[in-house]
Amino acid sequence: MTERLVVIGNGMAGARTVEEILARDGDFTVTMFGDEPYGNYNRIMLSNLLAGVETEDGIFLNDLAWYADNGITLHAGTKIERIDRFAKVVYATDGTATPYDKLIIATGSSAWVPPIKGINNPHRGYHQGVFAFRTLDDTRGMIRYARDHERAVVIGGGLLGLEAARGLQNHVSHVTLLHAMGHLMNTQLDEKAGAMLRDSVENKLGIDVIVNAMTSEILGKDRVTGVKLGDGTVIDCDVVVVAAGIRPNTQVAANSDLTVERGIVVDDHMRAEGEEDIYVVGECAQHRGSLYGLVAPLWDQAKVLADHITGRDLTAAYHGSKLSTKLKVAGIDVASMGLKEPETDDDEVIVYNEPRKGVYKQIIIRDGILVGATLVGDNRKAAGLIQAFDRGTPLPDERAELLFDIGGPAGEITPEEMPDDAQVCNCNGVSKGAICGVVSDGCKTVGGVMEKTRAGKGCGTCKPLVQRIVEWAAGGEVEEDPAASWYVPGVPMPKPELMAAIRKYELKSVSSVFMKLVPGGEHDAKSKMGLASLLKMMWADEYVDERDARFINDRVHGNIQRDGTFSVVPQMKGGVTTPAQLRRIAEVAEKHQVPMVKLTGGQRIDLLGIPKEKLPEIWADLDMPSGYAYAKSFRTVKTCVGSDFCRFGVGDSTALGIALEERYQGLEGPGKMKLAVTGCPRNCAEAYVKDLGVVAIDGGKWEIYVGGAAGAHIRKGDLLTTVETAEEVIRLTGRFLQYYRENANWLERTYTFVPRIGVDRIREIVVDDADGIAAALDAAVEEAVQAYKDPWKERAEPATPGQFRTSLPLIVLPQVPVRS
Amino acid sequence: MTVSVFKILGPVSDIPLGEGRSYTVDGHMIAVFRLRDGSLRAVDAVCPHKGGPLADGQIDNKVVVCPLHLNAWNLATGCSQSGQPPLAVYPVRVDGDQIVLGD
Repeated sequence: MTERLVVIGNGMAGARTVEEILARDGDFTVTMFGDEPYGNYNRIMLSNLLAGVETEDGIFLNDLAWYADNGITLHAGTKIERIDRFAKVVYATDGTATPYDKLIIATGSSAWVPPIKGINNPHRGYHQGVFAFRTLDDTRGMIRYARDHERAVVIGGGLLGLEAARGLQNHVSHVTLLHAMGHLMNTQLDEKAGAMLRDSVENKLGIDVIVNAMTSEILGKDRVTGVKLGDGTVIDCDVVVVAAGIRPNTQVAANSDLTVERGIVVDDHMRAEGEEDIYVVGECAQHRGSLYGLVAPLWDQAKVLADHITGRDLTAAYHGSKLSTKLKVAGIDVASMGLKEPETDDDEVIVYNEPRKGVYKQIIIRDGILVGATLVGDNRKAAGLIQAFDRGTPLPDERAELLFDIGGPAGEITPEEMPDDAQVCNCNGVSKGAICGVVSDGCKTVGGVMEKTRAGKGCGTCKPLVQRIVEWAAGGEVEEDPAASWYVPGVPMPKPELMAAIRKYELKSVSSVFMKLVPGGEHDAKSKMGLASLLKMMWADEYVDERDARFINDRVHGNIQRDGTFSVVPQMKGGVTTPAQLRRIAEVAEKHQVPMVKLTGGQRIDLLGIPKEKLPEIWADLDMPSGYAYAKSFRTVKTCVGSDFCRFGVGDSTALGIALEERYQGLEGPGKMKLAVTGCPRNCAEAYVKDLGVVAIDGGKWEIYVGGAAGAHIRKGDLLTTVETAEEVIRLTGRFLQYYRENANWLERTYTFVPRIGVDRIREIVVDDADGIAAALDAAVEEAVQAYKDPWKERAEPATPGQFRTSLPLIVLPQVPVRS
Repeated sequence: MTVSVFKILGPVSDIPLGEGRSYTVDGHMIAVFRLRDGSLRAVDAVCPHKGGPLADGQIDNKVVVCPLHLNAWNLATGCSQSGQPPLAVYPVRVDGDQIVLGD
């Protein structure tokens, strides 16, 4: 049955709540009462209207047509005086009575006007020339009056007062701002930030600011001529605007015996305390002791109220809001959230202060979580901080990254600013528009969008941008991706749990993992490779190798190329070769008409364009071990000439590189492992940017760096330790690699893994053996070393039927030209 | 293309469990997959994205993933899961120990 819904209040909260109810197909006939004789306008925009940057038409959110279109009866300009809760009727001041089944109170707030002598005229409300700053009518009156006057005083140095002062500059030649407290915006800002804001307001905007200013009297007989302060100072003026705060409108509730403290007390469903059918929303509501004057909490309240009143979700509950604001106050960027000052000695406070530019930034961290932040003069990092604050997400170890863009392009571009056709993923050619399209079709997880569009699935550099766009497009309704923490997408477990379960049930094949650990036993193609690698690492010789679990590269021991052929890279330890080896490679390349012979970045020789069916024959002709240039495994150790020939070399880098490769060749892992050994800090072998890089330093010592990268992501490795001997390097390399194999996420390279764990922690484990697992790591890597078999020996007989049968299409693809 | 008459492609044992192999039928390349549940699926052998050899892709009981750029298609319907054009799907079954293409 259609119920009668009455809404007292036609401001932003009342109208938004009705919109939410309509969006849920609520079956109501709606009647709304508004104090003001208008539709619903955006009160926040009144300062823009005052400043002349917005027109009246532009600030309306719901014009009168909206009410008609939605069958809503609007009584604009009718004030409700009393509610009869028992008869379920509301009475207006004009004597009319309106019955309801459900009632919403959204009466908002009024301007609070301090009791100052002379502020009121006994006959006509405010003294002539005195204005509050709350409604459209206030603003119109102020504009009309200020036009013909010269000097204005604004009482109140909060957000609204600052906006009023800035707006009035548009109409009068001189503005003075009086603030009763010691610094501006004292509710949101600490003293330093308030002082910084004051400097900007005075010097950049030319507004006089007086703090600790108690206004004691409004001067002037028929009209305002000045204000007098507590210390006797008189400021001449002909306009006074009072913006000293707001007070919730609770009179109608109090008249009707609802529970009223500072606001109208509500429960978690936004119902007035003890009432079944009366709801309260917006600035007039007091929830768990808090009143909210910002729009974001109001939107949250409206949603809960709508869910509950329509019966869509009777468990919908409002739990309060974490307050954050990001705005331009009188043309100056200000953001604030949570605490404005530290509360305990353990709170970590980071402050940046640059008075010359009017920039002040402060963040407060407690137990690794952002609990407060203040920005003045530079809001570029505000969005990220608000997100970290709202969600309590882990913060970067480099705290400066919270305040500045370090190393990134200057001024991070925001999704709003990007045109729809801007390319986001440069690997797979995905535009912002394509991402937004998938989001609007209902996909609201970052992982889901990446899967559908392939954005961020190439080198991965654009992933943070993809995430920001999805968050922006979903309007804050991004769903947590449950699979984000899983090791592989098809088995619902993070790595430690997955490994424990595999051990517990002794799962030694990929199909047995699906069977046992996935509800319904569903297999997943995209999880097979990661599981195969993990099981091989865990079980070594005992691993039951199901060939279909392998990616094609691992099935045929070559790297698939764009035309379906493969590349063949023979092992060449440390990048050192011999004339005989070169001759043999040359002969094989000629005999098989290899289309391209190329030197790789890892100092190897690559034979490209080999059809699958020819692989075994080429391996046989080469008779060299596999160089593993296709697997998620230990790849190459790049070296420089070292001390044998180089006149600068201080360590025998080639010998150590060869020894490392000899020992750890083919070792599988969650990602590629590229190493280097360089004979002196000149770093010719680029050891600083390898997954593990070794640098010889004078005195016969070796430095070991981990977590470096020079691919799509560039990172200098962290110094793990400095050791005395090559044997020590070999041992710690194995231990580090094993720790990485056991603990990194699938496809997580060391450049992510090392900062995630922290090099100090890794050093504790790998070098100092603080956890007592060093011996176990050494034993595990030793077992893997012993299990090594050269895959290119698998050539006399195929491992599976048709292992090397062509899958190439008959259709002629663009052929890679043969280079002669 | 349409397969009007059925055609025997060879013994099922030619395709390892969970893998695919490609076959030439009337001048067309068709990838046939042997799912781990024992059933067969047949689709175009050529990835419509950039020509990748789909028979070299990894599969589960629902999809094939192209080895070149990891786009995925449903093996039963041919529909792409990553915004690519669909694949043609062909009827295929096991008869005795032989792979039979066509109805």
